[in-house]
Amino acid sequence: MKEYTPEYVGSVTKYVFVDSPNTTPQDIAIAAYEVAMGVMIKETCFGVQVTGTPDEVTRVVDALRKLDPYHIFIKDRGFPPGDQRRCRANLGGARPGYLGHEYEISLARFISYGLRETDTMNDNDLLKAAVPIRRASPLDIDDLLSIIETEEA
Amino acid sequence: MAKVFIYPATSLMLSDLVARFGHEPLGSALSIRDHIQTPGFDSPPLQITPEDPKKGLRWAAVEVPSGVRGRMSIYGPLLDAAEAAIIVDDAEFAFGCMGCARTNELLIFRLKQKGIPILNLVYPKTQDEGVAFVASIKSFLKELGGDEQ
Repeated sequence: MKEYTPEYVGSVTKYVFVDSPNTTPQDIAIAAYEVAMGVMIKETCFGVQVTGTPDEVTRVVDALRKLDPYHIFIKDRGFPPGDQRRCRANLGGARPGYLGHEYEISLARFISYGLRETDTMNDNDLLKAAVPIRRASPLDIDDLLSIIETEEA
Repeated sequence: MAKVFIYPATSLMLSDLVARFGHEPLGSALSIRDHIQTPGFDSPPLQITPEDPKKGLRWAAVEVPSGVRGRMSIYGPLLDAAEAAIIVDDAEFAFGCMGCARTNELLIFRLKQKGIPILNLVYPKTQDEGVAFVASIKSFLKELGGDEQ
C-alpha cells in the first residue's frame, strides 16, 4: 500500500458518444470547444469526454445533445481522462470498459429509432408500445437428449 | 427527480435514457468517482484497498467471499440511495468472472428485496424492439414523475 493523493477532486467527467449518419465525432468536438469556456474537452474516436465542475459539464453536454438528440448518448465516467490506471497509453490494448461501449453502441441504431418514434407519442400510445420483448427459450435439455439419441440410432 | 439504479451498472444506454427522461441514473461511475477522489491509501495494481471488503459487510454477510464484499462497497451506497431500478436481463457485456457474477446476483436480490419499483427488460435486437425498449423505459420513468430534458 502507498499513500494516495487524488487528482481532479470535485470534478465530473462525462462521455459523449455519437452514432449518427449526419454528425461525426469531429463535429461534436468542434461544437464542444465552442461552448467549453475552460472546461476540459478530450476528443476520442466515438465523441468526446468532458471534465469540469458539475454545472459546467451539464451546460456543455446539454448543448452537445441538441446537435443530434436521437443519436447522441451521454453517461458518467468515474475516472478522469488520462488516468494512469485506465488510460490505454499506460496499459496497452483496449481500455477496460471499452468492450461494453462497443457492445452497446451496436444497439444505438435501434435505440435511436425508438427515441424518434416515441418522441411524439402520448401516454396511451407509450403504454401500447411498451410491450415486453420476448425471446425464444433455449433448447430444452430433454429435446437435446432426444436429438442426440435419434442421431445415434 | 428519482434516483434510478441501472443494471448493468456501467450501461451507456440506460444511463443516457434515465438522464434524458429527467431522473438521476445511479451507475457504478458515481461510486468509482467517489472512490478515486477520496484521499487515503492505494494498493496498486489493485484499486480496492483492504478497507473495502470491511465496508461491504453492510450489504453482504461475513462468510461471503471478500471479492464480492469489496465490490459491494462500490455498489452498496448506490443500492441504499436507489428509489427505483431498471434491470436488463441477460446483458451479454455484464458477463465477467465469478466474483462479478455473484456480486450481480446479490445486487439484483437486494434490489428486489428493497421493494422499490423495478423494470425488467432485455436489450433490443430490431427496430421494433427498440421502440418497445424506449417506450417501456419512458412510461416507467413517467410514472416516477420528473420532466424530460
